[in-house]
Order: sequence, then C-alpha cells, then structure tokens
Amino acid sequence: MANEFAVEMQDVLKQFVTPEGGILAAVNHVTMQIKDGEFFSLLGPSGCGKTTSLRMIAGFELPTDGKILIHGKEMSQVPAFQRPVNTVFQQYALFPHMTVEQNIGFGLEMKGVARAERSKRVSEALEMVRLPGMELRRPKQLSGGQQQRIALARALINKPEVLLLDEPLGALDLKLRKEMQLELKTLQREVGITFIYVTHDQEEALTMSDRIAVMSKGVALQIGQPEEIYERPATKFVADFIGETNFLDGVVRSQNGSIVEVDLPGSGTVQVESSRTFTNGQAVTVAVRPEKLSLNHEGKGGNTLKGRVEEVIYIGTDTQYGVRFAGSHKVRVREQNITQGHKEIAKTGDEVTVSFTNLSPRILTE
Amino acid sequence: MLKFFRGKKGFQLLGLLGPGALWMLVFFNLPILIVLFISFVERGRAGGIKLPPVYTLENYVQFFNACSSQFSGPQCDSLLYLGIFGSSVRIGFIVTLWCILLGYPLSYFISKQRQLWRDALMILVIIPFWTNFLVRTYALKQVLATEGLLNSFLMNLHLINQPLDLLFNEFAVIIGLIYGYLPFAILPMYASIEKFDHTLMEAAADLGASPRQAFLRVMLPMTMPGVVAALVLVFVPVVGAFITPDIMGGGKVEMIGTLINRQFGVARNWPFGSAMSLILMLLVLIGVIYYFRSSTEETRRAM
Repeated sequence: MANEFAVEMQDVLKQFVTPEGGILAAVNHVTMQIKDGEFFSLLGPSGCGKTTSLRMIAGFELPTDGKILIHGKEMSQVPAFQRPVNTVFQQYALFPHMTVEQNIGFGLEMKGVARAERSKRVSEALEMVRLPGMELRRPKQLSGGQQQRIALARALINKPEVLLLDEPLGALDLKLRKEMQLELKTLQREVGITFIYVTHDQEEALTMSDRIAVMSKGVALQIGQPEEIYERPATKFVADFIGETNFLDGVVRSQNGSIVEVDLPGSGTVQVESSRTFTNGQAVTVAVRPEKLSLNHEGKGGNTLKGRVEEVIYIGTDTQYGVRFAGSHKVRVREQNITQGHKEIAKTGDEVTVSFTNLSPRILTE
Repeated sequence: MLKFFRGKKGFQLLGLLGPGALWMLVFFNLPILIVLFISFVERGRAGGIKLPPVYTLENYVQFFNACSSQFSGPQCDSLLYLGIFGSSVRIGFIVTLWCILLGYPLSYFISKQRQLWRDALMILVIIPFWTNFLVRTYALKQVLATEGLLNSFLMNLHLINQPLDLLFNEFAVIIGLIYGYLPFAILPMYASIEKFDHTLMEAAADLGASPRQAFLRVMLPMTMPGVVAALVLVFVPVVGAFITPDIMGGGKVEMIGTLINRQFGVARNWPFGSAMSLILMLLVLIGVIYYFRSSTEETRRAM
C-alpha cells in the first residue's frame, strides 16, 4: 500500500437513462481523493449521487466516464467480485437461507479458506462485533442492531482495503444509532481500514468523519474536515445543509484589505472578514450561524443590528429567538440556557439588538 | 374435528366448506372409488365390466407381467407395460428438465423488466391457455410436418436438402409437451424469482462470489420453492399425458397415458385401464412425496 490514497475518483461521470427517456447525470464529473486509513463520509440529500458514487467504488455500477483507482490500481471496469473492497448494505442484505456463521464465512469460503480456519475466524469476527456464540442463528432471528453487526463482521472478516457503508444506521432507532456511531468510529480506529460512509444525516457525518464530501445534484460541492465544512462552508447549499444558517442578502459597499463592508438594504451595514476579493456593488449573501449571534449584548464583536423579536422558542439546551430587522431580513438567534431556571432575554414584540463579530459570518456568492 | 362445526359459527363454516367438499366427494373421490372397484374385476366382453362382477387381481398382475393375459400371443414381451411406464417417466424427466432450463432464465428476464413490460410479457405467457389445447397441438403439428413450416423454411434457405423427420416420433412428443407445459413451469418460478431481493446478488459479488457462484449459492437456493413447484406441476401431468403423445407421436410413441386411454377406447379393457391409472397415481404420488421429504429441509430454509 505504497499509495497515499485508498480511493481516487478522477472526473467520474455516471449517466442513467430515465424512464422518460432522458439522460440523468447521477454523478457529474466528480473528483475526490480518499486517504488511506481515513473515515470519509459522503453527505447529501437523497438523489445527490452519494450512493451512486459508493456503488461505483464497490463495482455495482460502472462509470460512464472517468477513472476510479483503489490504492493506485485502475478499477473502473473491474467487476465487483474482483475488487478489494467490501460493503455494508443499507438493509444489511444478509443471506436469509444461511446461518450467521455461513453469512460471515461466505467471503472466506469464496476465497477458498478451509472450513476449520474459517470457523475460527468467524468466531473472532463475532467477538469483534460483540456477538459471540451467535454462529447458528439465522438472520431472521436477530434484531436490527444485531443484523447490523453481523453485516459489519461479514464485511470486515475479509480484511478489505476499503470498507464501504451505505447508510448502515438508517434503519436503527435514535439511541441505538448514537451507540453504533461511536462503536463504528472506535472499530475503524482499531482495524485501521479506510471507511467510506454514505449518509444524509449531517450530525452523523460531523460526529464520525475525518473528512466529509458534501454532495448535491451529482456534484461534490465541498470536501474537508468537519469543522472546515461547518465553519467555512463554500456555498449556500453547504451552509444550509450542515447545521442551521441565517442568510442575509446584501451588496458589497467597499473592501479594505480583508475587511468587507456589506450593505444589507434597510437593515444596516455589517463588516465581515474574508480572504476573497469582491467588487463594489457585487450582490452577495452573508451567512451566519444562529449560535454566533447574541441578543442585547452590544460591544461584543463590532456588528450590531436593530430588530424586533417575532418569536421565542424554548428548545431545552437553548432558546431560539426569531428577530426581524427593519429591512425585512430575518435571523434566528440561539442563546444557551446556562443559568439555572429558564430566563428569557427578550419577549415577543421587544425591540432588541443582535451582535456578532466580523469573523463569524461567511460571504457566499453561490 | 366435528367439534369444529358446532354452534352458529359451525353452521357458517359448514355453509362455506360444504359445497366444495360435496363437489370433491361426488366428482373426485367417488369416481376414484369406482375406478378402484373396476380395477379389481374382470372385463366385460364389449367393454365395461362382467356382470355380475367377478373379482380378480389379474389386471395388476398383467401390468407387471404382460404375458399373464389369456390373450397374449407367443411373442409377448412380459415387460411391455413396465417399459412403457419407464419411458413415460423418462419423457417426463426430459420435459420437466427442459421446462425448468428454459423457464428459469425467462422468468428471471421477465422479473427484471419494468412493471408495464412485466405484465405484458406475463400475459404473453398465459395467452396460449385461452386457446384449446387440442387446437394448439394440431397447430404445432403443422409446424413440424414434413411439408410443414419449419421444413419448408429450412429447405428454402437451402440449409437442408430433404425434409427432416420431425413428426411422429419421441422428439415430436417431447417438443409438444415442452410447448404445452412451459407456462406451468414459468408461473411458479416467476413468482419465486420476482420476490427475490437482487441486493443479495450484489452482496454475494461484494464478498467475492463470481456470477456463477452467486447464482448457485444464493439465488438458486432462495428460488428453489418455485423450481420445486414447477417440477411437480410439469412432471405429474406429463407422465400421464395422452393427447400430445397421441397427436404428435401419431400412434408410434406409446406413453402410459395413451395406453390407459386405449383401454377405455378400442381395447375395451376398462379393468386393466383402471388398474394402470391407479398404479400410475400411486407411483407418481410416492415419487412426489419422496422428493418433497428429501428437499423440504432445503426448501424450508430457502423460504
């Protein structure tokens, strides 16, 4: 494994013929490099091309154009059964007519591993997923969570170069999901295998991944570490899809070095730090997270806008205030409920100020 | 059992089950009892049975030893009937095998189509049932005849110089039977294959199984119930078939069905025909039960 990258997608295109006879690019010229040993997530809403990308890496679909390399070896046209990857399927796809032992041992059997060796390694794999002694059960006799672990063991026992996971936690209830998220992450560190994880759950992706690719409409919009994606989203879509974001439409008034002054018509002017260069008069969107705003706390950061509270929503850890500025821009402000007992900073209809530093927002153009 | 039919619920149940049960009793069980009776008596001179009945085992003995009959000539072959039975079973196996071999890929192909196409193709499979079986068999005869469609076609293409002998032999009978019973193989196999989750084939490929291995280890075992149903639905009627061997074989291919048919017709030997019917029924029943017992474990697992 001399190659630094476990998987490389080079300008990969996948077109499907729709039932209406049109052509749909499920994956539209995607290029990404997944490092060896990393936990990499493909994140996006349904139909964004994340599953199709995974299926092309697995070999269930062949790309229309472009290349897929696994540890430097061209794999684009290699059939699935000859690829050094294994998959954990969304609905687990365990073989219902086989026992747990036969299911987990299937890959080894295909490789021609002798029965005794196989059964030894199956018990080890069952230990690893903490389901020892389950050899003779049938998949139907197991709970969803157990089936999930069996599917994981069935894939990992083959020591794949890359493990592909297609929304493996989607069918589990919330509590079990959270547990499995941590367990998967721990397991990944232990076995040191590259994981490629498809999910539409942004929280799941942020929690588990070393890096995330955010996809939409067949395109990888941004690839980066979780904090990079969250703190510095590249596009409006990314900012909106990952966490909550307030979007304020405005026009660039001036730029002084890294400080950009943006006019929010009717609501006031804000200063935002940006490494990019803008032209005066350019239409932009200022994106800022609700938790980076503070209510009635002037002097904290430099930007202050006046508005009126339209709604107050108590959500346990935080209270969310909906504030409308004069120029009809509306923002959500999140204040943590730190003190004991719930105390509202403002009530519906109150005149308030909303402040934030010039480092908090991002200026987005697309 | 009788406790079942007590009270008001019992009356309703009786009302629902009664007519069907009565029908089976009068038109199915009773005739079999009559056949059973006839098989144990001597034949009448002009068909029917001798009256008053004279009980005998001769009809059964005759099946296993054709020369036991008082009518048998000096060149009689004592294994004649057993031989015909054997060749019926052999033809039954050949036809069943072909029906499954041809029907399975076809069922698979149909199941992979989009809904609209799937329905259309299934209707095409079923359409032949809307036409009389006899008429269809005669039509097929025209295709295979010496001056028939197939021969003229091949002659015109100069692929052959002389017409092939496609009719009035075992080949013709087998072709006729495959044609007639293929839908009975397709329907149950299609039902099984359509339910099959194709993700499992991807899972098998993902774990390193070649398409052949994936088919043998995953898809075939899981669709086995459909194959077994096809086997029974084709094999049982084919072994006892008489219209197809009669028409396509032109009297030259003897099967147990044509033999039985003849006993009730020209041979006017009802008791022997009855005995053969019961022997056929019994042997097929034993065969099917044996097959089910040996394969249920596998089948049950697949389901």
